[in-house]
Amino acid sequence: MTHPNGRQDVLHIAIVGSGPSGFYAAEALLRSGRNVQVDMIERLPTPFGLVRSGVAPDHPKLKQSTLVFDRISRQEGFNFLGNVMVGRDVSLVELQSTHHAVILACGAHSDRRMGIPGEDLEGSHTATAFVGWYNGHPDFRDRVFDFTQEVAVIVGHGNVAADVCRILAKPVDELRSTDISDHAFHALSESRLREIYLVGRRGPAQAKFTPKELRELGEIEGTVARLDAQECHVGAQCEVELASPTNTFAAKNVELFRSYILNESSGASRTIRFRFCLRPVALHGNGRVEAMTLERNALEGPAFAQVARPTGACEVLSCGLVFRSIGYRSEAIEGAPFDPQRGVVPNDRGRVLDDSHHVPGLYVTGWQKRGPSGIIGTNRADSIETVEALLSDFAAASGSPRPGATALRDLLEGRGIRIVGLEDWQKIDAAETERGKATGKPREKFTRIDEMLSVL
Amino acid sequence: MPHIVTDNCEGCRFTDCIEQCPVECFHADAERLYIDPDVCVDCSACISACPVNAIYDVIDMPADKEPWIAINADRAKSLPVVTAKQPPLGTAESRRAELGF
Repeated sequence: MTHPNGRQDVLHIAIVGSGPSGFYAAEALLRSGRNVQVDMIERLPTPFGLVRSGVAPDHPKLKQSTLVFDRISRQEGFNFLGNVMVGRDVSLVELQSTHHAVILACGAHSDRRMGIPGEDLEGSHTATAFVGWYNGHPDFRDRVFDFTQEVAVIVGHGNVAADVCRILAKPVDELRSTDISDHAFHALSESRLREIYLVGRRGPAQAKFTPKELRELGEIEGTVARLDAQECHVGAQCEVELASPTNTFAAKNVELFRSYILNESSGASRTIRFRFCLRPVALHGNGRVEAMTLERNALEGPAFAQVARPTGACEVLSCGLVFRSIGYRSEAIEGAPFDPQRGVVPNDRGRVLDDSHHVPGLYVTGWQKRGPSGIIGTNRADSIETVEALLSDFAAASGSPRPGATALRDLLEGRGIRIVGLEDWQKIDAAETERGKATGKPREKFTRIDEMLSVL
Repeated sequence: MPHIVTDNCEGCRFTDCIEQCPVECFHADAERLYIDPDVCVDCSACISACPVNAIYDVIDMPADKEPWIAINADRAKSLPVVTAKQPPLGTAESRRAELGF
C-alpha cells in the first residue's frame, strides 16, 4: 500500500537464522530499495552460523566473509535478536503475526544416519559433532573423542569430510595460532592417530571434494596422502564424465588422486588413505567401535547418473573412531511444512509450499531450502532468489500493518528472554578477541552460553 | 591462491559468478569482469558458476593464463565493484558457442 505522500508502508521481515543464507537474504532485502525492516533471529548469542562454527579454524580467509556480514548488520533497518529460539522462546505463528513475512534460514544441522548396526557404538560420531566441538559450538562443548585410538574412518567424500580429516591429521602446532577452541586443541595435542581412512561409496571421479580441499590433504606436514593404484579405478562412463568441459573439478580431483598413488608412507607420522566404491555395512565392537565391515560397490549406469550397486564382496577394517559425513538434514520447525524424505522445507524458488500451495508470508533459503550443497557463496544466489520471490509477492501492497520488532521484543521480554542485540554481540566479539591475544590467537571463543552472557 | 577471470569472459560477461561471490570481489568494465585478489577469499564458488570456464584458481591455471594475474589485480583497483548479476553481453551466446560450451 502506498501512502498519499508516496512512501511505501514499511515491510517487516523476520529472518530465522544468522548464517550465510540469512545474512545474504538480509542484504538482498536491504538493497532492494523497498522500505524494509529486517529482524534477524538467532538461537545462540553469537551470529554467523557455519562461518563461525563450521568453517575450519585453519581456513581463516574464508572466515573473512564475516566482514561482509558485519557490513550488512550495520545497515539501517537491520536488527539482530540473538539468544532467541523460534519454537522455544517464540512460536512461528507469533512471528507470522508480528511480521509481514518470515524467511527460514536455519540450515541443516542434523546428520544423515548410515542406518547400519553398531552405528551408535561409543567411538562412532557425526562429523557435525566433531566440527562443532573443535569450533567451540555450545551444543557440542562436552563431546568426548578418544584420541588414544590409532585408526579413524571418515565416511564421505565431501568438503566436510576433508575438514575433519585435515584437523585430525594436522600437527597441532599448525593449529595453535588459529581460533580452534582451547579444549579441542588440548585434546588433539594428545592424539595418537596414525591412519585416517576416507571412504566413499562411489569412485574417484564422483568425489565431491573441491580440488582445493583435496590438494590440502596432500600437503599436510608429517602426513602422507595415499591410495592404491587399483583403488583409483576410472571406468569408461567416468571418462565421459571427466571429459565434460563443465566437470573440471572432477578432472582435477582425479589428477590429484593419481598423484597420491605414488606417495610412500615411510617417515610419515600419519597416513591418509582414500578408499572408493565401499559401503559401510556394520560397525562392530565390544562396548565401543573396534571394526567396520565394508561392502564393495560397483558403478552402474550412464555417465552423470552412475549409481553404486553392492556386489556382496565384504572386507573388515579395524578402527577405533568413526566419523560419518554423508549429508545433512534440516529439522522440522513447528508450524512449517517439512519434507522428511529430503530433510528440507518444501518450496518453489523459496516460497514455502504446503501440499503444493504457497503458505502466505513464509519463505525459506539456504540449506533448509535446497539441501546441504554448495559453499558460502552459493547461499548468496539462493537468498537472492528467495528475496525476489518475496518482494514480488509484496510488490503491490504490504497488506495490513505489522508491529515488527517492537512487538516481538515486548513479547520476548515479557517471557524473561535476554535478547542479545548487535551491540551485545560486539561486546562478546571484543571479549573473545581479547581472550585470544594472550595465546596469539585471533580469538578464543566462549563455548558456553552463560559465559557469553556473562560479559554483557 | 587468488582466483582470476581470464579471456573467455570477454564478449560474454555472463556475471553468474557475481551472485555466488560471498565477499563482492568482482569488478567490471564494458567487456569483462576482474577479481580483486586482496578481497577474494579463495572459496572457488565462482569457478563452477561460470558457463564458459573463464575463472581459475591461480594454482590450477594453464601457463598461458599467467598475464591475467596482473591484469585482474590492476583493473580491479580502478573499476567499480559489481554486486548484482547483469544481463550478459549481446555477443554472449555466439561467443559461448564459439568457445565450445
